[in-house]
Amino acid sequence: MQMPLPDAGVLSRKARIVARLSSVLSKDAVIHDEAETRAYECDGLTAYRCPPLAVVLPSSTEEVAAVLRICHDEGVPVVPRGSGTSLAGGALPTADSVVIGVARMNEVIETDYENRTIRVQTGRTNLSVTGAVEADGFFYAPDPSSQLACAIAGNIGMNSGGAHCLKYGVTTNNLLGVTLVLMDGTVIEIGGAHMDAGGYDWLAVICGSEGQLGIVTEAVLRLVPKPEGVRPVLIGYRSDEVAGACVSDIIRAGVLPVAIEFMDRPCIRATEDYCKAGYPDCEALLIVEVEGSPEEIDAQLAVIRRIAERHDPVEFREAKDADEAARIWLGRKSAFGAMGQMGDYMCLDGTIPVSELPFVLKRIGELSKEFGLDVANVFHAGDGNMHPLILFDANKPGDLETCEELGAEILKLCVEVGGCLTGEHGVGVEKRDLMDVQFAPADLEAQMRVKDVFDPAWLLNPAKVFPLLVSASRRERLGLAA
Amino acid sequence: MLRPSNEGELAEAVASASGPLSVRGGGTRGMAGDGDALSVAGLSGITLYEPGALTLVARSGTPVTEIEAALAAENQMLAFEPMDHRPLLGTKGEPTIGGVVAANVSGPRRVQAGAARDVLLGVRFVDGRGTVVKNGGRVMKNVTGYDLARLMCGARGTLGVLTEVSLKVLPRPETQATVVLGGLEIADAASAMAAALASPFSVSGAAWTGGDVFLRIEGMAASVAYREGRVAGLFPKVEARILRGEKSAALWRGIRDAEALAGAPGDVWRISAKASEAPRLVKGLPGGAKVLVDWGGGLIWALVSEGTDLRRTLGAFDGHATLVRGEGHGPRMHPEAAPLAALAKRLRAEFDPRGILNPGVMG
Ligand SMILES: Cc1cc2nc3c(=O)[nH]c(=O)nc-3n(C[C@H](O)[C@H](O)[C@H](O)COP(=O)(O)OP(=O)(O)OC[C@H]3O[C@@H](n4cnc5c(N)ncnc54)[C@H](O)[C@@H]3O)c2cc1C
Repeated sequence: MQMPLPDAGVLSRKARIVARLSSVLSKDAVIHDEAETRAYECDGLTAYRCPPLAVVLPSSTEEVAAVLRICHDEGVPVVPRGSGTSLAGGALPTADSVVIGVARMNEVIETDYENRTIRVQTGRTNLSVTGAVEADGFFYAPDPSSQLACAIAGNIGMNSGGAHCLKYGVTTNNLLGVTLVLMDGTVIEIGGAHMDAGGYDWLAVICGSEGQLGIVTEAVLRLVPKPEGVRPVLIGYRSDEVAGACVSDIIRAGVLPVAIEFMDRPCIRATEDYCKAGYPDCEALLIVEVEGSPEEIDAQLAVIRRIAERHDPVEFREAKDADEAARIWLGRKSAFGAMGQMGDYMCLDGTIPVSELPFVLKRIGELSKEFGLDVANVFHAGDGNMHPLILFDANKPGDLETCEELGAEILKLCVEVGGCLTGEHGVGVEKRDLMDVQFAPADLEAQMRVKDVFDPAWLLNPAKVFPLLVSASRRERLGLAA
Repeated sequence: MLRPSNEGELAEAVASASGPLSVRGGGTRGMAGDGDALSVAGLSGITLYEPGALTLVARSGTPVTEIEAALAAENQMLAFEPMDHRPLLGTKGEPTIGGVVAANVSGPRRVQAGAARDVLLGVRFVDGRGTVVKNGGRVMKNVTGYDLARLMCGARGTLGVLTEVSLKVLPRPETQATVVLGGLEIADAASAMAAALASPFSVSGAAWTGGDVFLRIEGMAASVAYREGRVAGLFPKVEARILRGEKSAALWRGIRDAEALAGAPGDVWRISAKASEAPRLVKGLPGGAKVLVDWGGGLIWALVSEGTDLRRTLGAFDGHATLVRGEGHGPRMHPEAAPLAALAKRLRAEFDPRGILNPGVMG
């Protein structure tokens, strides 16, 4: 993976830039010591690292605007950062960049139950949004597995999803308004508690723009009333194909579970060794969760059981109480940890049409043999969002490169069958150079035009999302301007 | 009138246009700008429908009725319930799916299942240069690149002419019922709707028609029976009636199409606001106004006498007012705050540098 050469002019002006930043922020909010900036050298994609020129931790929208005005003026690239859990390298710095971290901005500004909304500063973690309202019977629906750590800022940056978005949608479906600071320091209010856009749907392009259009400092989020109850079932099958067919039949039957999760044998084994969730010994396992009143849950589960049994399951296990429900989810929730125990892994995130599930799993198995690296699969089956985990050994020369090649092959496969490169993790630097597999030049050009509108100098997170070659002329324009 | 029969011809028509184009699907929504008529009705047909994956892809000129019929055959639906503007506007023609997406037309189930933009998975369009662009795709989760699909949704053809749309569809509920709370004025109605929508009983419609509050519940029969009781039980002091099955369905079709306001003379405004502001806004309407409130208070339809400048009467509020029928004062769409208006202008200049696609429609 390549990054553009840092701007020598910016590097040489470090002292002045730091001094200007320090003049608008409190002393402890500017980090420029080389050892200290190392804490920000990477995000969740730890294979790539680069300490930034400086890191700032503003505590208000006004401070963010002041910092951006300085960076704009100095021609310094800016990398927005929430909690730094991105798996795509979306928050990876360059040596000439200022990282703007919003972690200190984590207040709830207003909870409004009458309109079922909450306004928060975006440094607030995903889980603590729900934490602020659950006692009153509400929750914030998008639930990435990283929800304890990740911030609303990054959720908006990546348009993150979670296990329960089959029913409740992803971030973009739950975002009603933002305070956005443009690269030149202009502060804009977009949306609010009303339900549709008055002009263009700005929220739609901002959500998932990976910090390339502006810095989001506040967000109005939709709150959802907690259901009366939820209950998961676990269904084991003898083959991936059969499990895939079962998923499709459940959806077709008219029940809409809140979640349908899928784990294949390598993943089941790894989690069993790791946390002993008591999963059956089988090729493929589904966790299906439904919600509602007890009667409703019974009725939905009866339909699901009927469908599941048509496919001759190894086991159909219904949670009888909260404890059993937790055990059903235990293995799924520990899957990433379990894989981490086994060594280094790379987590992919392609989406495929649900109907292609069996074919794609078979092809991944073949590719895994071909490249000589194990792949385990755990994913959101209801919406076709796959998470193949490729195991490799970072200490073995060449293994990371082989892993990247295999990853690229799997993602190309996702695109070939009608899917996409990334369902929820974002493009970042990781999938940047594969974008032209999915998009024609005109498709990318149209997207870059939107960036031109918001950030004409291409200073915000400039080396992400678009293949370097494709964005070169625009990024170089910036060099000339500076 | 230009009536291309495929995407290539459409791209050619836009590229070679020498003046403004009035882009239309069925022309039923009264939203196109002035110029040579460019109809997408020739680009028609469902190109992919996978009930097991809840996805449907159709060319933009496909009639909504064709899509709804195909979905009904598989017990599925467009969950966002697009309104039919014909009764209200007195227009003729066949509403198309492209028009629905271009105008982000969503009905009562908006409060629970989201708007058209929420189920839009991908688009193909022709920009103002005549270039074909695709964005998004046919899968439910997709964050690959910027979301231009949703940007096109509601842009009313000013950034590009849609040629194909891909949508997430949902199972059709087995049955429905409506809890009717009689004789509530707007303040009490708004609190009742807020309480119902905040309950765990999955209320999928909450409207007020100037006296009665209607709360819709949908799903499996046993579950609907249970929840209608629970929802009615939230309001022990109000007498509740229940409408079931087709009676309930017909009522919501009428609310969806703002039928109560159709047929009578006057201007029709559509106000999108914070639900809790509904009482203040409704009380602020000129005397004699006819009102329909949907989305639990978040959507106010008002029929007022011709030429009323409702934006001025209502003053500042969190939301926007669109003039849907009538000539009135100023632009149809609510003017945006200055920094957004500036971005909008730059965006149009990028996608339609000659300013030929439905000029003036979005400001
Ligand atoms: C163990 C693990 C499990 C995960 N599970 C999931 C999952 O289930 N679903 C899922 O979707 N993701 C998942 N992720 C990925 C990651 O957690 C999400 O992408 C998350 O939303 C990132 O949030 P963050 O605050 O850490 O953002 P960061 O990593 O700090 O940044 C993410 C992106 O947003 C931009 N950004 C940050 N702040 C702002 C701002 N204020 N304004 C504008 N742009 C900004 C950044 O520049 C970057 O491009 C997982 C990650 C890990 C490590």
